Amino acid sequence: MSAPNVTIRLRGVSKAFGEKKVLDGINLDVAAGTSMVVIGGSGSGKSVLLKCILGLIEPDEGTIEIDGVNVLTAPREQQAELRSRIGMLFQNGALFDSLPVWENVAFGLLAQKKCTRAEAKSRAAAVLEQVGLAASVGEMSPSELSGGMQKRVGLARAIASQPEILFFDEPTTGLDPIMGAVIDGLIVDCVKRMGSTAIAITHDMASATRIGDRAAMLYKGRIVWEGLATSLLHSGNEMVDQFTHGRREGPIQMELRK
Amino acid sequence: MTAALDFVAWLGRFLLGACVASGRLALFCINGLSHIVRPPFYGRMFLRAFVEIGYFSLPVVALTAIFTGMVLALQSSTGLSRFSADSAVASLVVLSVTRELGPVLAGLMVAGRVGASIAAEIGTMRVTDQIDALSTLSTNPMKYLVAPRLLAGLIALPLLVVVADILGVMGGFIIATVKLGFNAATYLNNTLDFIQTDDVVSGLVKASVFGVLIVLMGCYQGYNSKGGAQGVGAATTSAVVSASVLILAFDYVLTELFFAR
Repeated sequence: MSAPNVTIRLRGVSKAFGEKKVLDGINLDVAAGTSMVVIGGSGSGKSVLLKCILGLIEPDEGTIEIDGVNVLTAPREQQAELRSRIGMLFQNGALFDSLPVWENVAFGLLAQKKCTRAEAKSRAAAVLEQVGLAASVGEMSPSELSGGMQKRVGLARAIASQPEILFFDEPTTGLDPIMGAVIDGLIVDCVKRMGSTAIAITHDMASATRIGDRAAMLYKGRIVWEGLATSLLHSGNEMVDQFTHGRREGPIQMELRK
Repeated sequence: MTAALDFVAWLGRFLLGACVASGRLALFCINGLSHIVRPPFYGRMFLRAFVEIGYFSLPVVALTAIFTGMVLALQSSTGLSRFSADSAVASLVVLSVTRELGPVLAGLMVAGRVGASIAAEIGTMRVTDQIDALSTLSTNPMKYLVAPRLLAGLIALPLLVVVADILGVMGGFIIATVKLGFNAATYLNNTLDFIQTDDVVSGLVKASVFGVLIVLMGCYQGYNSKGGAQGVGAATTSAVVSASVLILAFDYVLTELFFAR
């Protein structure tokens, strides 16, 4: 069993796609009420890691515990219950383009029967307000929104059911630095206000230091460093230093396909 | 010798691949159909799919049926007149339309229109993480995306075929009476004398099966698409081609079951 203050615990999590081993024995603890930022280059397995915890991808080996329960071996109903406590902000928003914004935001509430359809619109408007969007945005289609607004709506959808755990997949990718800072601020506000446990994956260093309490670096499917997010830029680890400062020379070699 | 071994190895890989693909499709089909009868039910998704498959396919199916009936009357008249069997035109038109051409042509038209649209929509949802997002919002994608569409296909296609049957026979009637000089009352009497319940029912059963096949291939190809816009395009093409081929193959099987002596 996990220590009581650890909400998410991964032990020896491995996943390969054919010959390519994407995760190679990941060990990671995320304490309750804290934010963990996972950094790493493109293709280092960050998204696969999140998808394994979410149950969207089944790892080949290892255990994934949420509040001490191994989600990989738990009965199906318990898995569904555990995962209903997770909210996720996808990299590109992943908003349902066939539904108006308010239905996107209230989708989880309706699915979990936390409100009726008649109440859903006002609940969605209240959550949109929390992320700085007017209620009138709820009537719009996702395709009518800018990138920053789509991220906000994605965030509203993720927090609508007040989940105990929040995942953020590259929350600032594709946004200008100011909008990135705004989104990070909203994420921090939401996480602190709800007291949620969060994992964010990013390769935006400014975002990582703003969102995270702790940070870990993933390289070739392994956690090569873990520490305070505030120490990311002066960690003393050669790989982290090369990555955070964007140096071409160093222990991390870009794999070029020949 | 090496070339022969290479060929055998290729054949083995091909057959194993075909078995794997068939197994996956069969499991997908069973999974999708089983969710039709297990709650929760998504009535709004069903209605949306029903309108999309049934109502919006009406014009194309209606036009196809009416022109098919007209061509059938014209062709059968010129052919049968060589044997002085012109009077069989009415029976030939009604049997051809209700047993075969109504369900098959409606199925092929809907496969082109709806199969492609389903594959493109679900494929886009797959490559933009919307299907993963459904899972994270306590919603089973098979239940939300696939089951309502399967049920809509199962119900909408027979209704479309009823319309196609009526319009196909009407097309034949128009050509027979206006162009070929048949007596209207005699033509209608011949039509009603020859048609039997089994002819219509067999066509409607075929239509239900075709409806499931069209939706199944659209959903399956879309659900398993990958690789961005190109992948969605490939899924769309595969959905239409595979549904069309399966419609023709199942048409033979069902005809054999209904009418083989």
